Amino acid sequence: MRRLSCIFWLGLKEMMSLRRDWVMMVLLAWSFTLAPVMEATGVATSVNNASIAFADEDNSPLSRTLAAAFFPPEFQPVVQIEPGTGAARMDAGDFLFVVAVPPGFEKDLRAGRGPEIQVLIDATAMEQAGIGASYITSILSTEIRRFAIGADLAQPQPLDIIIRSAFNPNRDTVRFAGINALIGQIMWLTTILTGAAMIREREHGTIEHLLAMPLSPFDIAVAKIWANAAVVLAAAALSLGFVMQGVLDITIAGSSVLFLCGTALFLFTATALGVFLATIARSMAQFALLVMLTILPMLMLSGGETPVESQPAWLQAATTLLPSRHYMAASQAIVFKGAGFQTVWPEFLWMALLGAALLATSLVLFRRSVAQDG
Amino acid sequence: MTSRADSPGIRIAEISHRYRKHVALDGISLDLLPGRLVGLIGPDGVGKSTLLGLITGAKQLQAGSIDVLGGPIGNAAHRRRICSAIAFMPQGLGRNLYPELSVRENLEFFSRLFGQGAAEREARIASLLTATGLAPFEDRLMGRLSGGMKQKLGLCCALIHDPKLLVLDEPTTGVDPLSRRQFWALIGAIREQSPGLTVLVSTAYMEEAQSFDRIVAMDAGRVLYQGPPEDLRGGAEDLETAYQQLRAQGKPPPVQLQPAAAHSGEPVITARGLTRRFGDFTAVDHVDFSIARGEIFGFLGSNGCGKSTTMKMLTGLLPISSGEAQLFGRPVDAKNRALRREIGYMSQAFSLYGELTVEQNLQLHARIFGIKDRAARVAELTRRFGLSAHSASLAAALPLGIKQRLSLAVAVIHRPRVLILDEPTSGVDPEARDMFWALLIELSRNEGVTIFVSTHFMSEAERCDRVSFMHAGKVLAEGTPKALMASQSADTLEQAFVAILQAADPPAPVSAPETAIRARGSAAGGLSRALAYARRETVEVLRDRVRLAFAFLGSVILMLVFCFGISLDIDELDYAALDLSQSPESRAYLAEISGSRYFRLTPPLSSAAEGRSRLVSGEVSLVIELPPDFGRKLRTGEPAEVLAIVDGAIPFKGETVEGYAAGLHQTFLTAQAAARGTRQPEIARIEPRFRYNQSFESIAAMAPAMPAILLIMLPAVLMAVSVAREKELGSVTNFYVTPTTRLEFLIGKQIPYIAIAYLNFLLLTAMTIAVFGVPLKGDPLPLALGGLLYVWAATSYGLLIATMTSSQVAATFATTIASVVPTIQFSGLLQPVSTLEDGAQTIGALWPSSYFLHLNVGAFTKGLGWEALLPDILALACFGPALTLLAALVLRAQEK
Repeated sequence: MRRLSCIFWLGLKEMMSLRRDWVMMVLLAWSFTLAPVMEATGVATSVNNASIAFADEDNSPLSRTLAAAFFPPEFQPVVQIEPGTGAARMDAGDFLFVVAVPPGFEKDLRAGRGPEIQVLIDATAMEQAGIGASYITSILSTEIRRFAIGADLAQPQPLDIIIRSAFNPNRDTVRFAGINALIGQIMWLTTILTGAAMIREREHGTIEHLLAMPLSPFDIAVAKIWANAAVVLAAAALSLGFVMQGVLDITIAGSSVLFLCGTALFLFTATALGVFLATIARSMAQFALLVMLTILPMLMLSGGETPVESQPAWLQAATTLLPSRHYMAASQAIVFKGAGFQTVWPEFLWMALLGAALLATSLVLFRRSVAQDG
Repeated sequence: MTSRADSPGIRIAEISHRYRKHVALDGISLDLLPGRLVGLIGPDGVGKSTLLGLITGAKQLQAGSIDVLGGPIGNAAHRRRICSAIAFMPQGLGRNLYPELSVRENLEFFSRLFGQGAAEREARIASLLTATGLAPFEDRLMGRLSGGMKQKLGLCCALIHDPKLLVLDEPTTGVDPLSRRQFWALIGAIREQSPGLTVLVSTAYMEEAQSFDRIVAMDAGRVLYQGPPEDLRGGAEDLETAYQQLRAQGKPPPVQLQPAAAHSGEPVITARGLTRRFGDFTAVDHVDFSIARGEIFGFLGSNGCGKSTTMKMLTGLLPISSGEAQLFGRPVDAKNRALRREIGYMSQAFSLYGELTVEQNLQLHARIFGIKDRAARVAELTRRFGLSAHSASLAAALPLGIKQRLSLAVAVIHRPRVLILDEPTSGVDPEARDMFWALLIELSRNEGVTIFVSTHFMSEAERCDRVSFMHAGKVLAEGTPKALMASQSADTLEQAFVAILQAADPPAPVSAPETAIRARGSAAGGLSRALAYARRETVEVLRDRVRLAFAFLGSVILMLVFCFGISLDIDELDYAALDLSQSPESRAYLAEISGSRYFRLTPPLSSAAEGRSRLVSGEVSLVIELPPDFGRKLRTGEPAEVLAIVDGAIPFKGETVEGYAAGLHQTFLTAQAAARGTRQPEIARIEPRFRYNQSFESIAAMAPAMPAILLIMLPAVLMAVSVAREKELGSVTNFYVTPTTRLEFLIGKQIPYIAIAYLNFLLLTAMTIAVFGVPLKGDPLPLALGGLLYVWAATSYGLLIATMTSSQVAATFATTIASVVPTIQFSGLLQPVSTLEDGAQTIGALWPSSYFLHLNVGAFTKGLGWEALLPDILALACFGPALTLLAALVLRAQEK
């Protein structure tokens, strides 16, 4: 009981300190308001404003129809270039896609000779190249088929495929990017807040002062963990309500409460990581360098930036041990797909287990590092 | 060297200086004659350091004027002319020295800054090392020197260029009395040899000032007195009392506090053979003492002699290596919480929460100790320790003396029986010290609290019941102050201490260095100074394991993570099918999908709802529903429909899956038609050709793209940290007060980081080829040149940001954000430049990563050569010089 009350008051002290630290307060405010908004509305992930050129040697009504079939926002207006210059223009980075229509294309088509259109794709632009290529192929073949059916050259397809996009029928990237950004901010900020609070305590010598009182390293670390976790959780809840749902107009398919429960569970992991890094780093500067080397990979590999399925199998196995990956999976299921607890409990269990292991390790290390301090 | 007409000393007229709202100097005017030893006296925070910083030109003048060595120091041209005649040793032992460099390396660096040739340098260093007795330690790292040795090294570095004005800011604070005496003897010898030398020194030890030619007593940014020390002292007992009287403006000095030497005999604290080792260094070496109840026991010694370590062992903060320590007859145990309730501890630096108010600090500690009558106790302490007027102020904003009283109030809040106080009064003005001691004596005499206090002030040690002299981890002597003085037949405690030290650890004799060396070496000027910085920086970074690891491992780790993690190839996605038709045709359809490398079939679905729930849980990314009449319709050629439900939660993944599904559907149709021989002639073919990367593996695009972000972020951060570090640790003063120009400083520091970053470039290039198997198709030469220009630009960018930040942490985060964000947004890393909006394209054109990205990807994947890459190289060549010049313009050549 006495210990609990000490931990409570120490945690409250932590919050009072944070309130006076205007740099951290600005960082906190920025991270949960403007930063996710900018990220969500900034770069669109799929094909957007792609540059496309036509090297049209046919110059027939059909080839002109094809060129007119590409619209913003996916594509920039088609630029007509001299035949034969496509490769060079692509080398210079002017265009991602060059469509080459051969001479006599429409005539050959009408004659049933099955002519060929070439689409040059800059494969160094990974994200746009793959999806863009299937867009272009599909647009071109739809236009050609429509022309052919109109000219009585072909029958409609006997078997059609209807593709429905579950959970996000409009391919809205704001929702995905917004929630993703929020989750990223939660990871960054929690670790930095907790770690910095720990190091500040050491650099100012107050940690010794605390340890000379009837407090254990465990009490001190737990006070920091609950206080910083509570602050981030509150900020995340406000951001979810006012910024995500309010400003960005994002619908949360599942339960916001469940999402925040998952967040709370994850926060223990992230705060424990902060304590852990703070025990390794000898100074604030080293901590800053360490944070970059740990949080960045954690974020990149969690499945938010690119799907987990795209990692090599051995890496997928390794990233199972990243709490951030389970948090990301649970959050995506809850927010985008409306999953309930019965669906996400395995992820919650993973987070709890990994968080507990990390917390235990960092507490042991913290105790040891205190003992070694001169 | 003799006094010359062109060195008329220092004339200070009406200068004022403020830091934000705080007034540090308030209209000071002074005339100091050349060839004198002038002392600034006063406690911490009265403006001594600010004044010295202004005189040496380390700080920028705000108001008023100062003439130094025949011209205004505010005039940049004059400052440059005379700065090689000034030497400045800033406050804090060895603050302008480099802890990772050896004694000799430190001296060599300073010698190079003043353009001395090799022969001259050797001669000067040898003479200085011999004169100060440092010669046996020339290879020891500066960080490992004792306080006294650091102080001597600081002086050597200051004297290396024969200055005419030597400015020393608190050179003796925290140094043992013997080293202090030696230091003044050395200064005396040097002054005898160079009568023209003006020495300006500040000190918090008033007794040192007795021997100065002239003293300037300061308080609260004003001059209280200037003149010979004898006049100030007048009839007072010593200078400290005289200063206090002067400060109190006629008020009588506080009552002398001599505690009665009466205490009962039972020992409260005992130490027997107490020892603490850190690695192979023994900080505390077999220390014994026994402190009785109600006794005030003083621990006297220099910084780093083991006082704090002993105290930490007694509080249980540090484990004991060997020997034993007991409190109230029980061994000290870090786990014993009950024991800790008996101790009040005050650590060396102010260690309360500056961001909390006085009241909040007291409340917090009362709560931690679970004090029942909390409100009453807090109120009582506030009143008794004279904190009432401050109870709502933030602790950080309090004057030092009041902070110490607050610390003491917090330390006694739980009514401990033992107080352990580690240098509680360092830096506090004499008046506040007296008040503090009055409280201590009251606690000891009236409440029977046992007090164990460490100090380096002799006047405080005299007030203790017993003192113990500590030096280099050992207790040299112990007893009542009177007995100690008697044993050495000394008049003062200081003399006794000096005598004991001399007997225990006789120091190397000191003498004035030879000044006959006049060989002005081939002063190559600017370039040699820049190279001096480069050489020093290289040694430092090679000895800093964390930065070195970050420099090389950082790029390797991030390269691996990015390349494996951001791969956009999605294969072997799980899918499930609801086959309501169960016909050969439907099985053939599913076989087509399962047969591709993109999808893997999972157990069949029994209902549409099950498909939905598997999509929700993320088990599958695609659900195919085949209608009951699928087989029949397909056989008869009636129009049929397949339903594909794609997990669209992640937009990129959804679109990819959609593309795969549509493609496989088409393949199935073609295969069906071919099998039945009813193949319609194809109306037209669309032939996609993936250029540069036929197999369309993302690694071939990703691996050459990643260095563009890594090679700007890591070098820029390292560079920025290195500059911010100098600002934070104080060695940047050397740039302020030596003839180094801004460009020399920046370029000198930049050279090693360009080398490190270039090695990184080669490493990443090798990884791209060897680890990720991406062949270098283009010409390696333009790539190698472009890489060099790019890392030059990156380090210059780091310099620019560092000039605008003041701490290492700020530099790290600011540089990371300021290098990563534009690279991701505008360089074409994620979105090709040609697809950016016009505004973003313009920013991209002004950002070096755009060019390097094009260059690296071009050379690797596109197989481009000189002709195609030349525009990138030309563009990259502009950034480095432009950014360095910009940084030089922004960098302050003086402190604010």
